[in-house]
Amino acid sequence: MNSKTADRIATGVFITIAIIIISILVGLFYYILVNGLKHISLEFLTTPSSNVRAGGGIRDQLFNSFYILFITMLIALPLGIGGGIYMAEYAKPGKITDMVRSCIEVLASLPSIVIGMFGLLMFVNLTGWGYTILGGALALTVFNLPVIVRVSEDAIRAVPRELKEGSLALGITKWHTIKTVLLPSAFPSILTGAILAAGRVFGEAAALLFTAGLSTPRLDYANWNPFSPQSPLNIFRPAETLAVHIWSVNTQGLIPDVEEVSNGSAAVLVLSVLVFNLLARWIGSMIHKKATASK
Amino acid sequence: MVTTFEEKERVNQAVRSNSQLQNDLILEVNNLEIFYGEKRAVNGISIDIEKNSVTALIGPSGCGKSTFLRSINRMNDLIPGARAEGEIIYENLNILSEQIDVVALRKEIGMVFQKPNPFPKSIYENITHALKFAGIKKKSELDEMVEESLKKAALWEEVKDRLHKSALSLSGGQQQRLCIARTIAMKPTVMLLDEPSSALDPISNAKVEDLIVDLKKEYSIIIVTHNMQQASRISDKTAFFLSGDIIEYDYTEKIFTNPSVKKTEEYISGRFG
Repeated sequence: MNSKTADRIATGVFITIAIIIISILVGLFYYILVNGLKHISLEFLTTPSSNVRAGGGIRDQLFNSFYILFITMLIALPLGIGGGIYMAEYAKPGKITDMVRSCIEVLASLPSIVIGMFGLLMFVNLTGWGYTILGGALALTVFNLPVIVRVSEDAIRAVPRELKEGSLALGITKWHTIKTVLLPSAFPSILTGAILAAGRVFGEAAALLFTAGLSTPRLDYANWNPFSPQSPLNIFRPAETLAVHIWSVNTQGLIPDVEEVSNGSAAVLVLSVLVFNLLARWIGSMIHKKATASK
Repeated sequence: MVTTFEEKERVNQAVRSNSQLQNDLILEVNNLEIFYGEKRAVNGISIDIEKNSVTALIGPSGCGKSTFLRSINRMNDLIPGARAEGEIIYENLNILSEQIDVVALRKEIGMVFQKPNPFPKSIYENITHALKFAGIKKKSELDEMVEESLKKAALWEEVKDRLHKSALSLSGGQQQRLCIARTIAMKPTVMLLDEPSSALDPISNAKVEDLIVDLKKEYSIIIVTHNMQQASRISDKTAFFLSGDIIEYDYTEKIFTNPSVKKTEEYISGRFG
């Protein structure tokens, strides 16, 4: 076989793989949206779910999903980016750093159900909080931290060495250089990593089953006192997220309209992730443009 | 204060480097050795650098000239395993000493790199980046310093209408002059230039060379270059490096017309390197 034929075969193989991936994605989207969109209505999004009767909505679940995502990111991003900075700029090459890196990789590959069980022990029983949003967010932090550390480390390492040296050569300290030169340059890649992590958080069910729970108290959206048990902002209340809701109505739901609710929820979940993605990218590119003065 | 002993040492070195003591010295390098791990890159060199002059460092790749240059503002600290022994005396202090505040040192001894490395920020911010860190906050003062340093770097006319555009929109030559401008803005006494025009086209190169000659009125400049014409055009003294040693150090004119060491002549005429 000559090299031209080999080249043609390779091109063909890769195009086939690309087509397979795209058709799986399109098929999945099509199935979810065609089955789900017809159940989505303003009413579906704004009424609380029902345990026994038909016609329940997903208001609280939708809010809980976004709220847990927000709290998780609030904890995981500073920790993860901080860890990435440490690994990229401060950790001395050696056995200890290698060990830390292996630990991070092992952590990244843990099944989410295991992290859920760990969360049950740590954030539910040991702390005595019971099922809480905070417990869920902490479990999801454990789950996502390695990815964010890894992505931040790679992003910072990918900044050209000349830029860092240029800043240091002007008599600027290491920390100020990290803050004003390395992080802004690494920002787009870190953002991509954060969005991927956010997608995982949004769609995660297993790790939340045992930490944030399967129920939501009756919420009063006019109550903004974060210490009141009825307030949606209270982080010490149980919270069923959208992904958990899909799982629970399908496995133990008593409502007659299980299929409608779960199809509608799935469509909302997919659309939310999509909207969240686009929004984060758009805001990110705005910030980046402003920081780098590029048009 | 200069002690008699140091004065004597100075004269000795001036004799050693085969030149008369005309200008004041800005740097005195005594028996400098630089190691990367086990490997020795610079083998105990001694050289005096004159104030307000351009000193060129020439030699084949890997001869230790860039390593030497980077040791003057301690950029080698960034390389794991690199260490330096000996002395580089600047204002009666040994730069290589542990007690030296490296951040303060780099404000006085600035560096411009081979590849233009403007920050991915606006032209204006490229210059104010270090000024702001140094504590200058007033807008009027910053504006003035930006204008002054860009004028000194002969870039003002070309960029004055687009100061807030990205520095990456400039051409390579303009970017390099911007890097020189941001170094000038820190008001250093010494400027280290590591092959500053090797990545530039001939016209940009000529502009940068004119600029360097102009700058020596105010600064002491040490430049590493692979370009023999450049060294002969702009420098006052030239040091020829080979395998970690200084083979010859003398007035540029003498080095290029009548070098005293055969190796120097062979290198300059392009017979090796």
